[in-house]
Amino acid sequence: MKPTSHDFKDNARVALGDAQLQRALSGLPGGLVAQRTAAKAALPEFEALRTVGRDVKNHMLANLDLYLERYEAKATANGAIVHWAETASDAREIIAKICRDVDAKLITKGKSMVSEEIGLNTHLEGEGFRVVETDLGEYLVQIRNEPPSHIIVPALHLTPSQVEHEFRVKHTHLPVDRLLPDPASMVAEARGVMRENYIKADVGITGANFLIAETGSSVIVTNEGNGDLTQSLAKVHIVITSIEKVMATLEDVATVLRLLARSATGQDISNYVTFSTGPKRPEDPDGPEAYHVVILDNGRAELLGTEFRDVLRCIRCGACMNHCPVYNAVGGHAYGWVYPGPIGAVLTPAQLGVKEAGNLPNASTFCGACEAVCPVKIPLPGLMRKWRNREFDEGHQGFVAKRALALWAAIATRPRLYHLAMRFAAVGLGALGGTKRSFSWLPMAGGWTKHRQLPAPEGRTFQQLWAEQQKGVARDI
Amino acid sequence: MSKAGARERIFASIRSSLDAPSADAQRTALVDARIAGRARHPTPERALLGQAELRAEFAGYLTRGFASVINVSTRDELPEAIADYLRQHNRPGRVRMGADPRLAALPWSRAAGLERLTGRAEPDDEVSLSYAVAAAAETGTLVLASGPDNPVTLNYLPETHMVVVDADTLVGPYEAAFDIVRARMGVGVMPRTLNFISGPSRTSDIGGKTVMGAHGPRHLAIFIVG
Repeated sequence: MKPTSHDFKDNARVALGDAQLQRALSGLPGGLVAQRTAAKAALPEFEALRTVGRDVKNHMLANLDLYLERYEAKATANGAIVHWAETASDAREIIAKICRDVDAKLITKGKSMVSEEIGLNTHLEGEGFRVVETDLGEYLVQIRNEPPSHIIVPALHLTPSQVEHEFRVKHTHLPVDRLLPDPASMVAEARGVMRENYIKADVGITGANFLIAETGSSVIVTNEGNGDLTQSLAKVHIVITSIEKVMATLEDVATVLRLLARSATGQDISNYVTFSTGPKRPEDPDGPEAYHVVILDNGRAELLGTEFRDVLRCIRCGACMNHCPVYNAVGGHAYGWVYPGPIGAVLTPAQLGVKEAGNLPNASTFCGACEAVCPVKIPLPGLMRKWRNREFDEGHQGFVAKRALALWAAIATRPRLYHLAMRFAAVGLGALGGTKRSFSWLPMAGGWTKHRQLPAPEGRTFQQLWAEQQKGVARDI
Repeated sequence: MSKAGARERIFASIRSSLDAPSADAQRTALVDARIAGRARHPTPERALLGQAELRAEFAGYLTRGFASVINVSTRDELPEAIADYLRQHNRPGRVRMGADPRLAALPWSRAAGLERLTGRAEPDDEVSLSYAVAAAAETGTLVLASGPDNPVTLNYLPETHMVVVDADTLVGPYEAAFDIVRARMGVGVMPRTLNFISGPSRTSDIGGKTVMGAHGPRHLAIFIVG
């Protein structure tokens, strides 16, 4: 996909004015938040497990080279073919070649954010393959020719009536007068359509939530079972994943699994967790004849050596975006790249550069909800702040922001001047506040006052109040 | 195929970021010890209950998750229990199963009229039967190992999936279930797929409403033996 992160402000404005999108956003994230809260309440050890989850992932990252070597050796011994891709285009080419080599026509695909990151579908379609997304949400965004708007609920931005419309446009082989009154009837229709694809597919592509060094396995986590049908019925199973997914043992995975679904959907565990190891065995009656694992770097190895290493702990649960007031207001597409919400605000500048994506770490109120819910305790606001610093250091801010900051710095670094200016502002604004003691409009703050009143200052500055309190003067509040 | 040198360059980049030489005996020993040690992290209290509580927890989870749980005292009761379940729920009496000798040895004559097919699932199979290798009560999770005895397609293709689990393989935490798999297959050895199943297939992708039977089975029935 072509990034539009530099247009975040315009994207957000359009999203806020999109009635359909606002309707879709109004119900869903709230539900996910409430479900997570309930799941957390039912597991008293949850907070302690977050610390363990953080430490487990930190250990894996600190020894990433060694765990990847051990994973590769074990997976290969079990018959997997492991491929290494430095860039998105390398990964696309590796996968296209596997598909060409088996003369594939139809490719089914389970949900994978890494595949979105590398723009896999567009590439494979360009090569003449037919690619069908099998996760219902991914299928919906695929037939609408748009990217997912959430990392675990790809079609979160769509209402049921939009889905009905898409199905009627897409599934022209079904009777025109059929009834699609509710989600259940639409799910049934999708189930029927997808069955044939699973059976006819030559290649099935899935992602991986984890790779396991102990056993050489890859792991997928789903609720629909689409990933399992994708990887069990096709002749070839390709896993596309990235270097930071490796874990040491099944025990490490067990711990992170306890965090993943509770953080993501508020389930105690996702319906299906599947550990895949090698292709089908000689005695097996089903399963793929070949099993490829494509491991992508795409800048992660380098990121490991930077102040942004913590972001590589991410297990892609989506809790940060579910709890983010900005994501809840504008949805995922406004972020203009594969990973939306707070995690996207930290990852996107790393992937696309701070010039393209500098808006994203600024699109945060720093309320801290994302860090408070992150199952592996990624300090997301702190990392966003670091990107803001970099953006400033590299001089990517707009003219007005630069001038305003320069003016602010000039005053704020001269305490006498600063106090004088603040006193003048406090008294002046206080006097202008009138009898309502508030403003419904102020120059240069129209965006803020459009939605709420700005209270007028009470006449004295914080510094004055502080000085008085230090002297023991009673405050007249 | 990976591009020439891609693997080496990725590893070099990781090592440069970690400031770690490739042959660091101390790190290597630490990593190998962690894999060999398979140390458990803190386990939730409720996964460490006594057997009776675990059983209630296991069944509670599954029934709340829209699965059916049926208790039988011996394997010999399974054919009738299976036939009853299928009849009561108005499902076809034609069951696909793998080559599991425990299933083959059941007294099937007690379930007259039940048709049995063996092998992997075919697209028109409506009902399947598997034997779980273990089950973890902490989240009502069945653990199935693929192979000729229990082909993986049985778990996902038919509309109704029935799973037998022995009460003595019902454990609390996932870690204990992994230990059963290790005892059966060997440490570090896995089947082609090890499948955790915790309910019938579902999706919430349309309007946030949970609907059962997305792509996999709409109905899941668990028979606990013993």
